[in-house]
Amino acid sequence: MEPFNSKQPDVPRLFSLVALLLLATGMIWGVTGGLQYLMPGFLKTYLSFERIRPLHVSSVVFWIILGAMGAVLTYLQQHTGKKIVSAKLLKIQFILFTITVLLILISYCAGIFGGREYWEFHPLLSLPITVGWVLFLINFLRSAGSLKNQPVYVWMWLTGIVFFLFTFLESYLWVFPYFRNHVITDMTIQWKSYGSMVGAWNMLLYGSSIFLMDKINNHKKYSYSKIAFVLYFTGLFNLMFNWGHHIYTLPTHAYIKHISYAVSMTELFILGRIIYLWRASLTEARKNFYHISYRFLAAADLWIFLTLLLAIVMSVPAFNVYTHGTHITVAHTMGATIGINSFILLAISFDLLNDTCQSFEPFKKLFSRGYWLTNISLLVFWLSLIGAGVLKARWQMSQEQEVFQTMMQQLRPFFVLFFISGTTLLSGILMMIYPLLRNQWICYFKTNGEKKQRTRYLSARFSIE
Amino acid sequence: MFPDRQKIIVLSLLIISFLLYSFSIYISPTQKKETVSLLASRGKLAWQQYNCVACHQVYGLGGYLGPDLTNAYSKRGAAYIKVFLANGTATMPNFYLSDEEIAALIAYLQQVDASGSSDPRSYTIQPDGTIQQ
Repeated sequence: MEPFNSKQPDVPRLFSLVALLLLATGMIWGVTGGLQYLMPGFLKTYLSFERIRPLHVSSVVFWIILGAMGAVLTYLQQHTGKKIVSAKLLKIQFILFTITVLLILISYCAGIFGGREYWEFHPLLSLPITVGWVLFLINFLRSAGSLKNQPVYVWMWLTGIVFFLFTFLESYLWVFPYFRNHVITDMTIQWKSYGSMVGAWNMLLYGSSIFLMDKINNHKKYSYSKIAFVLYFTGLFNLMFNWGHHIYTLPTHAYIKHISYAVSMTELFILGRIIYLWRASLTEARKNFYHISYRFLAAADLWIFLTLLLAIVMSVPAFNVYTHGTHITVAHTMGATIGINSFILLAISFDLLNDTCQSFEPFKKLFSRGYWLTNISLLVFWLSLIGAGVLKARWQMSQEQEVFQTMMQQLRPFFVLFFISGTTLLSGILMMIYPLLRNQWICYFKTNGEKKQRTRYLSARFSIE
Repeated sequence: MFPDRQKIIVLSLLIISFLLYSFSIYISPTQKKETVSLLASRGKLAWQQYNCVACHQVYGLGGYLGPDLTNAYSKRGAAYIKVFLANGTATMPNFYLSDEEIAALIAYLQQVDASGSSDPRSYTIQPDGTIQQ
């Protein structure tokens, strides 16, 4: 393997750049979808909700997936001190993913579907994704070497990559009539695969965030510690067996629900640890708050707490009866994908992409405003969804149930709040990522590929205050 | 730090348990046998082709813009559903579905309806926090 040199052409960095573009466009689709809740029939002829929703969902899902791949590939090189073994496979992987994502988004605009929720695209487009992921796995295995004496994040990356592949293939079992033709069979396996798949990409992201924290702290005490591995195996255990809360209301085997209910309670251990370490985390946050990446990780910590709390409540079937099918579920998803996944990815993006020829200095104020606007907006956004969910839960359980449209009218004030906070959330995120994208554009394209002197990542730490 | 051998053993045990659990679900995932018709099977594919799940739910899973359709067949009947499918609404576009597609979608909704109830009011909450349908 060749030694890693950050000045050489960097495909992993391109993954992160494409991912950021997907985040921006995905959020624009999301705001458009929010508007359709307020103005029924808006864009009905050309971009009705069944097109807008997958445009939003797939864009942000691929923001997470491509961002996670960029993070793992870059940090793996920094961990081993060597380049990824096969540059050719890496390029093919990048081309496969970018072209496929583009085709998926175009097909949605044209109203071509065929898949299922979250993977609504035609099933044929799942083939290049599978091939691209296999190439990712091959390159990872060849570059990482053995598991001997590896820190926890290498274990997390490996299991994340393997389990994503497994669950992605599992989510396509519906193409076989044996699975597809039975409603309950199909839905059980669909949500089994989705639940574990989220756990798999979380492994990639949490592993990368541990690597980043080690880098900020300049030591690897945590990533080799016993508690790190205990938490890793707890996470893996939940990835494998804690997906049944999605289908508590489905008439499937009772044991599936009981296993999930029991396993989900192990999350109390993680929750307890967060509360126990709260004071120490606050001190650490104050100490490192000048560091942009750390800011995102601190915000993600808060959202891990809120999302985990909500997840544990929703894992109790007696509560799940009330929350299931309501916007409380959406609040949980948004807390996890924006508050945790996206904040971790933004922390990583700022770590990977800030060493350009252009200074970040002129944008510090813009960034700070964007950061606070994003966090406050997300909280309002999350609370508006919970408010809408509580009203819908009350409607679902009421004996004299009003018609669906009347209930939706009652939820309207929350939809207004949801739309406004969604728009400010988009603005906040654009304010933060604009300088990153602008600087990359200037340094990589406007100079015709001629890179000016770039500082290495360690010297790129800068103060916000 | 745990020795690598211990970590490999734990990982292997977890993976074996996961695979056994997964395959047991593939072989026998439901409590009761479901009846399947060719028309309903085509309806399922039409449901995916028009991305109905973006707005509608089945068993509380799916979109939030339109109502849950799990028991629409027994609550509203085939004729009522057909009117919506053939014309759309103020929010739902007219997809200009063919008669065959409408018949297939109705057959699929009939199959979904026969599989159980999605009404949370019909569930019983047990003292241990579990629910019974």
